[in-house]
Amino acid sequence: MAISREEVQKVALLGRLLLDPQEVDIMTTQLGRVLDYMALLREVDTEGVQPMAHAVEMANVFREDRAEPSLSRELALANAPHRDEECYRVPAVLGEV
Amino acid sequence: MSDTGLAYEIWIGLEVHVQLLTESKLFCGCSTRFGAPPNTQTCPVCIGMPGVLPVMNRRAVELALRAALALNCQIARLTKWDRKQYYYPDLPKGYQISQYDLPIGLDGHLEIEDPKGRFPRKQIRIQRVHLEEDAGKSMHDEKAGLADSRIDLNRAGTPLLEIVSRPDIRSPEEAKAYLEELKLLMWYLGVSDCNMQEGSLRVDANVNIQISTPDGPVATPIVEVKNMNSFRAVERAMAYEVQRQYEEYLRTGRKKGDPGVHKTTWLWDDGAEITRPMRSKEESSDYRYFPDPDLAPVVFTEEEIESARQALGELPASLRRRLQTDWGLPAYDAEVLVGQGQPFVDYFLQTAQSCGDPKLASNWMQQDVLRLLNERGITIQQYPVSAEELARLLSKVRQGGLTTSRAREVLARMVADGCSMEAAIQALGITEVDESELLALCEQLVRENPKTVAEVRQGKLKAIGALVGQAKKKNPNVDPARVQQSCLKLIQESGQ
Repeated sequence: MAISREEVQKVALLGRLLLDPQEVDIMTTQLGRVLDYMALLREVDTEGVQPMAHAVEMANVFREDRAEPSLSRELALANAPHRDEECYRVPAVLGEV
Repeated sequence: MSDTGLAYEIWIGLEVHVQLLTESKLFCGCSTRFGAPPNTQTCPVCIGMPGVLPVMNRRAVELALRAALALNCQIARLTKWDRKQYYYPDLPKGYQISQYDLPIGLDGHLEIEDPKGRFPRKQIRIQRVHLEEDAGKSMHDEKAGLADSRIDLNRAGTPLLEIVSRPDIRSPEEAKAYLEELKLLMWYLGVSDCNMQEGSLRVDANVNIQISTPDGPVATPIVEVKNMNSFRAVERAMAYEVQRQYEEYLRTGRKKGDPGVHKTTWLWDDGAEITRPMRSKEESSDYRYFPDPDLAPVVFTEEEIESARQALGELPASLRRRLQTDWGLPAYDAEVLVGQGQPFVDYFLQTAQSCGDPKLASNWMQQDVLRLLNERGITIQQYPVSAEELARLLSKVRQGGLTTSRAREVLARMVADGCSMEAAIQALGITEVDESELLALCEQLVRENPKTVAEVRQGKLKAIGALVGQAKKKNPNVDPARVQQSCLKLIQESGQ
């Protein structure tokens, strides 16, 4: 298998996904297949091929540094599950970022 | 160094974030103005709504390039942006757009020196300089007794430059000097105002010590120190942390590389003046960087890099050297003048040039001019007296037409009334005392004070002060030094 159950559980935790044991099995199989395919791609001879940083052959796409109107606070907070007059409210988070 | 006297060397590396001086955010047009009411400077891009696309702010890239060049970095010909993924409520997208393997600048250095000579001039190597977006602000609402945090996303998406040094800093004083030099440099470049109160400059430090033990050198576990809110706090936190690590090593013998020993994060408590370990989550951070598919890479041509280099202007280190070599100023004076910014130095150069005495101009600017700027909270551009006008006043002092204390009064009047030197002199009723007038006055004093004259003859030269005091009462415009000289001469001559 290209990926272990433990690795799947770690990735799920990092992505804040709660998987039950059965789902972990499914993900381990499915992600394993994806990784097997990546392993197949590795067999291609890439000697002398430049690594690419981006799928689109484009560079230097800029906007000028001008301040534009923002959303009203009401609109910005409209989708928040919890809020007060000024801010989003979230469960307190402790510990390091 | 303490009880058992093991020698050690301090290793400090600093990670500095400075906010770039742009009008708008890194990937959207929201304003970056500080102090706006919460959540009034956001849009679908910076609050991470689905389907939106970031577009790079040209000015932010220009400023980052400028800073990287001034820090003597190798400039990436191709630079790109990556997603650094972690969950935190002030990071609405669930990832921060940052730079991972192709930062704008690599392998630079910043030179630091101490005008007080506590450490020799040295280069601190810069590992990398990269451009990234800021997160929002979480406020923990303890007063309300709720378990909630409040989130303000005004700051989310503000352009930051992260400048990471190598662990070349060997003392808390060097750490402070590095930060001061970096701040001055960013200010000269127009890259950032580096205002720590407004969060435009933030510092984290990685610190450990290399102890010489009888069994060979030993390194203590690396500690990252956060929550230092001033340069002074950095200096004190480093001094504390170094001593703490030394004592912990003596107590536990724990060292870097031991099984189960990892880098830990500690918070500086400014009130208690100690560092405290931060509660950390079980999982180790794993940011799973990958290239952001929404942003195109940036390519710099040789011409663009060269023209940005040419446009840097004169930087603080070079300016300080020039003030010492071309203008004969002591290192301390150069440090103070340059520390006040380019316009202050320009004002100095004009004054020095016009009055012909750089040291005199420097003294006046450091004392009288700077005092007024600080009192009124104004800049040199708002100072009511022009460099030409100050130079004329200083020329008059040099030529003996005004004493220093009288000239101070004249300058104060020029500042208060916004008038010319002549008008100020007239308003103060100052008239120049010519040689014959001064001589007549001194002759009178010598004649009328035989007791004092006798004392001076007996070698009590200090007694002459009584004559000078009387002279100033009779004519406030006289130069005390000239009175003293003249009286002494008269006494000596009359005694022969």
